[in-house]
Amino acid sequence: MNVELVLFILLALVAVGSAIGMLFSRNAVHSALFLVLNFATVAFFFLFLGAPFIAMVQVTVYAGAIMVLFLFVIMLLGAELLRQANTVLPWQPPLTIFLAVVFLGVIGLYFWNAGVAGLPPALAGDEAARAFGSPQSIGLTLFQEYVLPFEITSFLLLVGMIGAVVLTRDEKKQ
Amino acid sequence: MIPTSYYLALSAVLFTLGVAGVLTRRNAIIIFMSVELMLNSANLAFVAFARQFMDLSGQVFVFFVMVVAAAEVAVGLALIVTIFRSKQSISVDELNQLKG
Repeated sequence: MNVELVLFILLALVAVGSAIGMLFSRNAVHSALFLVLNFATVAFFFLFLGAPFIAMVQVTVYAGAIMVLFLFVIMLLGAELLRQANTVLPWQPPLTIFLAVVFLGVIGLYFWNAGVAGLPPALAGDEAARAFGSPQSIGLTLFQEYVLPFEITSFLLLVGMIGAVVLTRDEKKQ
Repeated sequence: MIPTSYYLALSAVLFTLGVAGVLTRRNAIIIFMSVELMLNSANLAFVAFARQFMDLSGQVFVFFVMVVAAAEVAVGLALIVTIFRSKQSISVDELNQLKG
């Protein structure tokens, strides 16, 4: 039992626990804060996997920008607590739990049969470890192999921006 | 070195929790957060495979997934605000205008 594995198990417990906390919080603000904790632990996993750039983007974009947007909308609407309504589909939660258990059982059965496989190759040295996943190498891959998807991404963001503005415009003022 | 399969198992558990959130919760904002959880677990699998095969394409894909998630959140939250303005509620059970 080495230190890395202990750290992995602890962080995995925090990640799963915060996801369960998000699922069961009555208050939407608590759910959002649990999700921030979950994103932070996943950023740690990205660091373990040799992806420092993705880990930092995860913290700034996901845990920062996107969750602030969520919290801002919850605050704006004052909708952190839903008034209790009679549920339209009462059979849905039990079916969900059943299907989740079946899916996790199939995954667990696979790991039971296949054993622990897929040990990643060790990085050759300090030089290779620093180069893999660094902002420089990510940037080279992004702007050499994936230039066209990158440009399309800018168009997607523009459409998202215009869509958000058009949707939230007050129609009575026209 | 932690085996890649551990990360994949964790990713599967987080994805299942996200699906359970979408199917059981009635608050539209929490359903949105569960979708984010699912996207994030897929990102974890992408990065684990990128490390396994020493290929940076997986990490670049995570970058694109994050951009799509950001655009989706902006439009989705705008939709939720608009729905709240007209119905004074964001419970998905009360959105039944299309029902014949």
